[in-house]
Amino acid sequence: MAYSEKVLDHYENPRNVGVIDDDQSVGTGMVGAPACGDVMKLQIKVGDNGIIEDAKFKTYGCGSAIASSSLVTEWVKGKSLDEASEIKNTHIAEELSLPPVKIHCSVLAEDAIAAAIENYKQKNQ
Amino acid sequence: MSSVKLPIYLDYSATTPIDERVAAKMAEYLTVEGQFGNPASRSHEFGWKAEQAVDLARQQVADLIHADPREIVWTSGATESDNLAIKGAAHFYRKKGNHIITVKTEHKAVLDTCRQLEREGFEVTYLEPENNGLIDIDKLKAATTDDTILISVMHVNNEIGVIQDIAAIGEFARDRKIIFHVDAAQSAGKVEIDMEALKVDLMSFSAHKIYGPKGIGALYVRRKPRVRLEAQMHGGGHERGLRSGTLATHQIVGMGEAFRIAGEEMASDNDRIRMLRDRLYNGLKNDEEVYINGDYEHRTSGNLNISFNYVEGESLIMALRDLAVSSGSACTSASLEPSYVLRALGRNDELAHSSIRFTIGRFTTVEEIDYTIDLVRKAVEKLRALSPLWDMYKDGIDLNSVEWVAH
Repeated sequence: MAYSEKVLDHYENPRNVGVIDDDQSVGTGMVGAPACGDVMKLQIKVGDNGIIEDAKFKTYGCGSAIASSSLVTEWVKGKSLDEASEIKNTHIAEELSLPPVKIHCSVLAEDAIAAAIENYKQKNQ
Repeated sequence: MSSVKLPIYLDYSATTPIDERVAAKMAEYLTVEGQFGNPASRSHEFGWKAEQAVDLARQQVADLIHADPREIVWTSGATESDNLAIKGAAHFYRKKGNHIITVKTEHKAVLDTCRQLEREGFEVTYLEPENNGLIDIDKLKAATTDDTILISVMHVNNEIGVIQDIAAIGEFARDRKIIFHVDAAQSAGKVEIDMEALKVDLMSFSAHKIYGPKGIGALYVRRKPRVRLEAQMHGGGHERGLRSGTLATHQIVGMGEAFRIAGEEMASDNDRIRMLRDRLYNGLKNDEEVYINGDYEHRTSGNLNISFNYVEGESLIMALRDLAVSSGSACTSASLEPSYVLRALGRNDELAHSSIRFTIGRFTTVEEIDYTIDLVRKAVEKLRALSPLWDMYKDGIDLNSVEWVAH
């Protein structure tokens, strides 16, 4: 399968790989399942002003899944929670030129953002 | 290390390059300067010469497996041989019974052919292999009924390289007067096959897995005791009516030459290839959470199928772009199903998704293997650093206890 330049770039040089130490200001989302070949873990650290100041990911999955999660860590940073939840799989798929069989990777990345935001909100009700 | 030419081909079970000696022989049967005649032309020298070439090749194929050349039927490849053997025998012996036994880890050429026969009203049992990929002959015996007319078991598995005990299965099948078919596409030229000793009735062969051309294969059809088949391809009555169609002289000559070379060089090739395979395995096996798929001892010399737990196969293949290998994760094709062969061994989905098949062959070098070891270890390390599953494993979390948010 031919990968787009952007997928290759994110795959070779993934941005924001890692783990953020958990506390009240951190939201963690983990989506997917090993059996399906994709698990994405996305963490966001939200500042007092409600802006996402840091994001980290770890992903078990194909190159497109790794690239999708790397990309969303870049995109969510500096955004409010509402703005971050506006990021849709179509944007991710378009940015990375994902072929149809890899659209599920972008869907998973969108789910990961939603799960991380949800987790943060639960902690900060 | 810098002297290694990239990419490195380690997919010899998918196909092999044609040996130069084979290509040279084939080239003699193509042009107006060569022997281009139709082997079925009985009225002139062009035909006779082509027929001689076909006869020699038939002898060469028969010699490798200690068979009579009259037992060799040319086909377009192992897929067609499997179709002819299974459908041909099932249709011919339909009046005796309608039950067929095969194994879940067979090649699709066998499984899909059996599915077709199910649609035609046959009953098929798909045996589950043991966790090492080998079948338990007692389970095969237990699955047999008075209606069983055909057993089809592959000799060497294409994914995991394990060698089934076709001698023992043959004894049982002959005893019960059940036709026994073996797909030997992955074993000919790698494992000894002696048709005088084996009680195998039908055996499928391919040329391109052993340095011959693509598009040519053969089916062995036993003469004593005689096995009958219903033809699947009708026409000019070639191959004693079993497979009509003008014989592809150059392909046949290539297959014959490839089988001749295999007969002469199998022992030395195997020693060298096994040394390389063991070197590769030894270079990888000491890392954490590395699993061999399939029995290591009862395995063809060139196969190493190995899972790197917590690393997804397709991303690993991507990291290994300098290697031509294949993955048990079918994510690479449109479906997201992991390898049905590994699943049948009882491997969980993670390990099935994490598998890589390396297959080594005649032209693989020590330098290539050493380069491969280095590259694979670095790639696995890199991807584990990215893997949330690896972190969980390191934290002592049992992944089976996690409730996954699956799609």
